[in-house]
Amino acid sequence: MDRIPILKMGDALLVTIQVDMHDRLATALEEDLTSKIVANHSRGVLIDISALEIVDSFIGRMLDNIAAVARVLDAETVVVGMRPAVAITLVELGLSLSGVKTALNVERGIAMIQRRLETPEAVDDAGED
Amino acid sequence: MTPARTETIEIKSSDDVVRVRQLVRAGAIEAGLSLVDQTKIVTAASELARNALDYAGGGTALIDVAENAGRRGLRLTFEDNGPGIADVQLALKDGFTTGSGLGLGLGGAKRLSNEFSITSKQGVGTRVTIARWT
Repeated sequence: MDRIPILKMGDALLVTIQVDMHDRLATALEEDLTSKIVANHSRGVLIDISALEIVDSFIGRMLDNIAAVARVLDAETVVVGMRPAVAITLVELGLSLSGVKTALNVERGIAMIQRRLETPEAVDDAGED
Repeated sequence: MTPARTETIEIKSSDDVVRVRQLVRAGAIEAGLSLVDQTKIVTAASELARNALDYAGGGTALIDVAENAGRRGLRLTFEDNGPGIADVQLALKDGFTTGSGLGLGLGGAKRLSNEFSITSKQGVGTRVTIARWT
């Protein structure tokens, strides 16, 4: 079965989605990412979608699911490289990807995860209310 | 100007949804749609093809490079022999789903198209037609 490669980059994992996703591939990616987050003690997941020509609600749900599972495992998901036409279409479709952080490119995504790592954890969300 | 062209694709598996997307993209380019319009119609087609697969166990997609009042474009018809939709108005509402999806498929496909029509009969099937013009 096809699988999407997951690269380790320091404290983060990088996934580049280049093929047309279908159900089995999406499920396999979710499972692979989950076990790699745990095995590598990863704190962040970068998903590069710059090769994707469309994001439909199926892909949107996959991204949301990955982000939710990663969050439970204390890792932050950043989706990077969305094409402008995809962004326009996504909003009109009604997908807000509210559970997912986005960055313009991989560098900015890494910076985002890095900033989170540098923030003392005890301060996270403390005393906000 | 190239003559109008029609293509029919069977939707039986997840791979067919991918194939529908590829053929709709090719048709959209042929019809001269802009990149954003191509993206919109391909996304709408993806939603409708997946609906046919998930809720009716499959169906057919008809891709039609067409012309309307001097504008070229793409007309797509998705047909299935599934259980039909009990309440079409309700099914068009965002967030409504009888399955495990996000409930954005139908309403989203409508927003992404210039034309949208749906007929559904319970126990007979559903037909959705969308179009996007240059």
